[in-house]
Amino acid sequence: MTQVDVPVIAPDRPVQHLDHNYINHSKGILSWLLTLDHKRIGLMYLAGISASFFLGGLFAMAIRLELFAPGMQFMSAEQYNQVFTLHGAVMVFLFIIPGIPAALGNVVLPLMLGAKDVAFPRLNLGSFYLWISGAGFFVYTLLTKGLDTGWTFYTPYSTTGNNTAVISATFGVFLLGFSSIFTGLNFLVTIHKMRPPGMTWHKLPLFLWGMYGTAIMQILATPVLGITLLLLIMESTLGIGIFDPNKGGDPVLYQHFFWFYSHPAVYIMILPAMAVISEVIAAFSRKHIFGYRMIAYSSVSIALLSFLVWGHHMFVSSESTLATLIFSAITFSIAIPSAIKVFNWLATLYKGSVALNTPMLYALEFIWLFTIGGLTGLFLAVLSTDVALHDTYFVVAHFHYVMVGGTLFAFFAGLHYWWPKMTGKMYSETSSRLGSIVAFIGFNLAFFPQFIMGSRGMPRRYADYKPDFELFHQLSSVGTAILGVGLAIVAYSLVRSLFSGKKAPANPWGSATIEWECPSPPPHHNFDHPPAATDPYDMERVEWNEEVGGYVPVQGYRPVVHH
Amino acid sequence: MSDHGHGDKPFLAHHFEDEDHQFDSGKLGIWAFLVTEVLFFSGLFCAYAIYRSMHPDVFQYAAQALDTKLGAINTSVLILSSLTAAWAVRNAQLGQKKALCLNLAITIACAFGFMGIKYLEYSHKIHLGIIPGNSTEQYLDGAFGEPKAEQVAFVVPQEGEGEEQHAAGGEHADDAAHAEGGGQDHAHELAPWNDPAVDGIQKQNLAIFFAIYYCMTGLHGIHVLLGIVVLVWLLSRALRGHFTPTYYGPIDFAALYWHLVDLIWIYLFPLLYLIN
Repeated sequence: MTQVDVPVIAPDRPVQHLDHNYINHSKGILSWLLTLDHKRIGLMYLAGISASFFLGGLFAMAIRLELFAPGMQFMSAEQYNQVFTLHGAVMVFLFIIPGIPAALGNVVLPLMLGAKDVAFPRLNLGSFYLWISGAGFFVYTLLTKGLDTGWTFYTPYSTTGNNTAVISATFGVFLLGFSSIFTGLNFLVTIHKMRPPGMTWHKLPLFLWGMYGTAIMQILATPVLGITLLLLIMESTLGIGIFDPNKGGDPVLYQHFFWFYSHPAVYIMILPAMAVISEVIAAFSRKHIFGYRMIAYSSVSIALLSFLVWGHHMFVSSESTLATLIFSAITFSIAIPSAIKVFNWLATLYKGSVALNTPMLYALEFIWLFTIGGLTGLFLAVLSTDVALHDTYFVVAHFHYVMVGGTLFAFFAGLHYWWPKMTGKMYSETSSRLGSIVAFIGFNLAFFPQFIMGSRGMPRRYADYKPDFELFHQLSSVGTAILGVGLAIVAYSLVRSLFSGKKAPANPWGSATIEWECPSPPPHHNFDHPPAATDPYDMERVEWNEEVGGYVPVQGYRPVVHH
Repeated sequence: MSDHGHGDKPFLAHHFEDEDHQFDSGKLGIWAFLVTEVLFFSGLFCAYAIYRSMHPDVFQYAAQALDTKLGAINTSVLILSSLTAAWAVRNAQLGQKKALCLNLAITIACAFGFMGIKYLEYSHKIHLGIIPGNSTEQYLDGAFGEPKAEQVAFVVPQEGEGEEQHAAGGEHADDAAHAEGGGQDHAHELAPWNDPAVDGIQKQNLAIFFAIYYCMTGLHGIHVLLGIVVLVWLLSRALRGHFTPTYYGPIDFAALYWHLVDLIWIYLFPLLYLIN
């Protein structure tokens, strides 16, 4: 393995590993806290969202322990309300929404474009501090009166007769929303304006198409959440009456406003995950992605359709029959672009030379879990079944399959895929694969029984249940424990690699996108000159080099022109 | 500004190829930001539309507590400031430092003028007890009942009695139009608010109009204040001669923001002040 301090232009063997890189480019805590470098900001996000994930995970464990047997175990019903609320709010607002875009996207997006940074580096740092401030309000909420409204803050409960810290929590979410908006805006402009020579829209890596769709939703949907939460805060503090029927207001309006954001937000959570999976499946099948354009367009169509389905959260909240019919029909239509992606991934796998490295394991698990999550969504889109399944564990299982099975597993796929690039270290495949498989088994055991008990009538958000459901709850709790063990193995494997991992080559997986052309870890300025872009999935462009321990560009390679 | 790599161009950030690249990126960025701003306000406009359709009579009645004259003055102040903001952009493009500083200063002065008039309006309403969220009978009586009716200058088109109140107020130029328009098909809805025949619930709903009034104008006011901060910063940079015909992006972007703030007011004024 070559180690060069100063980049040397050696055409047959590019610089693989940089000892002087962005991580040790400058020293001192302030050089991190005030950095404008997108890679460092990405790593700081990664630390922040990992801590949030851990916190949210502790709440999940507490829920499952409490539900291990019927009757109250170690919490009061009020405490249970707080624990499930904080689990949901922390996981959604602090982890899943910023997870892939802010942490992985920040590191990878400019590298994929061969750019030196995002378009607005200071705004990017500003987004990070908005995130930190939002997280600070959550910590404050946690340490003072807690929160028991559910993560949706439904009125009138959240504004009247509630003595938990609704205001500080909603203000935290307000700040997190603006963090998300500015990240999306930054990425949108970066993708538009910072592409390297030769990267037309149809040579844009699919990760960037996904981030582009995400940015559209962040920019168009999140401001509505912002104003909704401001109104909620005004309602709680001053009692302005907007959501209070006693003063001529309408609490259902809050639900409309909230879901006008929060349904696109569901796709803000899953679209980046799909984007990661498109990269990983192609790289580890050593094959050109199948149906590039269809995957790219499906990302944008999901982004646009996501604005037209918010009403399906309110089928039983006094919606008119006509409105429910329309929302139900549009909800079904979102299944089409989602299915397009799944079929294209499967077609990419077909006759590929599939390597079961850790990122690929996660990607395959993702396809399994997301398919279950997506198909069970159809039951909820059907009006007649939704009336029965609404507010049962079926819904809980459905969105955990999509948000955890989908987004979390894709986050891990991306984290392992880009880990060598971000840290310059290779993790141990053995322990990481083990962690992945244990987590997968644990996850299915935790959530599949919830489909069954949900369809048998177990309502969500209840602190206690009838003995009939005991078996399912116990399976679920055991599964959660196994999932926890799996995640601990994953964390152990990654952290250990920082200390004793092998040095990573520039391109360990044989991917053809641009970020693998700079050394691992990249230097402060990424690239001296933007590299010329080619087809991002032309895997023939790189070949294995034993000496380097990674892939290097094929000399004199002329791409086959497809039309 | 730690990362500048272009020696002779102090404000060209290192990751852009040239000034045009930086300007184009900034322009797309500010437009995207303005889209988020429109959507940010859209929630309030949506709430306005819903509640106006739910309680048309309440809106029609309550809006008469707003001072159309002050609102109109503020509208023209903002339109003037938009002109000077656009003018400042032109000055920056042509490298006219003095004119740039002058136009920015006028824009800032207009912004302060707008906030000053807004302060007068708010303080008058608070004095009358029209405070957001305060919807007790007391407040309604205080604001619209007999003792304060003259100060609020209410026009209540009811035979004879309405004429008196109208004469006492006398601030509205279009009183007569109100009286005529209201007298035709909404006469039964426009009884005086302190009339014991008026439904108590209806009275409470009056608060919803003022909630929306305060939220919309308040959020708009916050945007004006932010605009002042940005414009003062730009003025200080303009005085130091930072802007050149090749580097005037910040002026352009701030002016775009200012036009949007202006435009939102252009919608707020008729929607809130000119109902009927």
